[in-house]
This record gives sequence, C-alpha cells and structure tokens, in this order.
Amino acid sequence: MAAIIRSLRSGCYQNLPGMITCVEFEDFILDYLEGSLPKRQRIIFEIHLAVCRECRDYLTAYKKTIELGKRIFEGTNASVPESVPEDLIAAVLAARSSAE
Amino acid sequence: MNLGGPIDKLRFLSARSSSRIRSCEERNGYRKSQLIERKLVGRALEPSEKSEQELVQRLKDKDPAAFEIFVRAHAGSMLAVARRIVRDETIAEDCVQEALLSVYRNIEKFEGRSALGSWVHQITVNAALNQLKKQKGRKELSLDPLLPMFDDGSLRVEPRVQVDQTPEDIVGNEKLRKYVLEQIESLPDPFRVVLILRDIEGFSTSEVADFLGDTVAAIKTRLHRARSALKKLLEPIWSEDR
Repeated sequence: MAAIIRSLRSGCYQNLPGMITCVEFEDFILDYLEGSLPKRQRIIFEIHLAVCRECRDYLTAYKKTIELGKRIFEGTNASVPESVPEDLIAAVLAARSSAE
Repeated sequence: MNLGGPIDKLRFLSARSSSRIRSCEERNGYRKSQLIERKLVGRALEPSEKSEQELVQRLKDKDPAAFEIFVRAHAGSMLAVARRIVRDETIAEDCVQEALLSVYRNIEKFEGRSALGSWVHQITVNAALNQLKKQKGRKELSLDPLLPMFDDGSLRVEPRVQVDQTPEDIVGNEKLRKYVLEQIESLPDPFRVVLILRDIEGFSTSEVADFLGDTVAAIKTRLHRARSALKKLLEPIWSEDR
C-alpha cells in the first residue's frame, strides 16, 4: 500500500503543473532560505513544502542545524573576548620591532 | 493564481542560474552591511569612528604603542577565528602572528571603507586558510552516506527526525555542545571551511568564493552539502529520547 501511495505521489510531483519533485526541491533549498527565489518559484517551492511531509521535516531539521551551527560558538571560549597568551603578544611585538 | 503548466515548470527549473546570480548580488549588499557590524572581530575594541581613525593613522605612522594597543584589542578575536579554521592552538597562534604582522605591513592599503575589524577579520581568515593548505591531509569521513537520499521516483527517503529540543537547549548542555563541535570538526575540510566561513564567520557566498578561489556556484553546492551532512550527523541530539 505504501509503495502504491509513493508511486502516486511521485507521479503527481513529476507530472502535475506547478509541482516539483523532492530532488528538484532539494536544489532550491539554499536560495529559498536566503530569500532569493523569484516569487513564482517560491510559490512552487512552498506548494511542494505543503504537500510533502518528508521535505517539510527535512527543511525543519536543516534550518535548526544552521541555527545551531551559528550559535554553538557563542558563549564559549571560542568566541570573543578571550585572553591571549602573553607570549604570543610578546612574539608579535618583537617580530614587528625586528621587521623595522 | 495560475501556477502554469510544463512551460512554467520549465521556466522554474531553468531559472536556477539567474536566480542564483541575483541572490548573490542581493546578498552582497546585505552581507556587506552585516560584515561591518560583525560581532566576532569588530567589537573587540568597540572604537568610536574617530578613535578608530586615530588608531589607524597612528598605525600608518608606525607608532609602536599604537600597534600594541591594536594587538591587544584584536588578537583574542583573531585567535578565535583562526582556531575555528585550523583547529590547532599552535597553528592558530602562528596565523594570528602572521596576520598581525600583515596588518602592520599593509596598513597603508587600508582605506577605511569598512571597519578596521572587518579588514582584520579577512586578513586573519586568509592567514588561517594558508596555514590549512600546509597541513597534512587527515583521515576524513565520507560525506556521501550523510547526504539526502531519494528513491527512483525522485521522492525523499528520510527517517523521520523528531525535533524536541531547541538550539538553545543544546547550546546550554555542555555534553551536547561538545558533540556538535566534534561533528562540525569531523566534516572534510573543503566542506567544513565553507560552513565556517559562511554560517559562522558570516561572509557572503561571493566573499567565500574569493577566499577560496572558487566559483559562487561551487561554494553554494559545497555549503548545501556541508549543511546536509551536518544535519544528518546532528539528528541524534534533537530528540529528548536520545
């Protein structure tokens, strides 16, 4: 039964006007998230998003991943401000002097 | 609204190139202003425009005291940037030293069109990328099993991911935070670097392309693959039942 439903869905996505497949949807994720898809393309993208649960779930997790990636360095010793080894500063200042 | 038939679909599919070029142009304008306001480096000193101009002038005059002020103000954030790219403390320090001396030698070329911090940020990234090129290849995981899969009918084949946790929850959990950092580090360098530069350092796609000497289209493909792979690697942490 599941195979029949998948086959029907695939047929709809490939053949109905204004529909795209999951593979085509994948190609436009980057531009969609950056708001750079032209209006018509964005609507077609969003129709697929509305009818395809797998792509909806995928996009949700994809967006969360980007957000997490951006935030993961905040509030850690990998973000600023942080202490700098004094010997590094001394080495830079010494190298500057010798470069004169 | 008529969404059109095959012709519209064809237009949609053939609009990839033009939409990508347009998106790049639009993003450039947006990203440049974002670059100036960037927190990662530019905030280290938090100078007023006037004090920054004065500092730049003193650096151009080769004032040693000004250089020390500059080093102390920027080295910390530069070190953080270099660490994210090269993943090695000693090499990161080498990058910072190289970048600071490069700033000193090339300060005459700084025209003040962007904040000093943004200019320094770019120099640091370049120094770190140069160091990364010198590093010996390490064993890297294959990206292919981490990329999205589709069946013969072009339908997505994905196990359902239950997203219970927010990024805040994960960032606030030391064990999970460490796990995420490890997964980012595990990505192959060509993908990891694009992800770091674009999503974490906040450079535009075209700026990343300039840094890496690659095309915008290639960078976009790599960014998408890097994000997709990271999404797969992070799937276990989103559910509370993990």
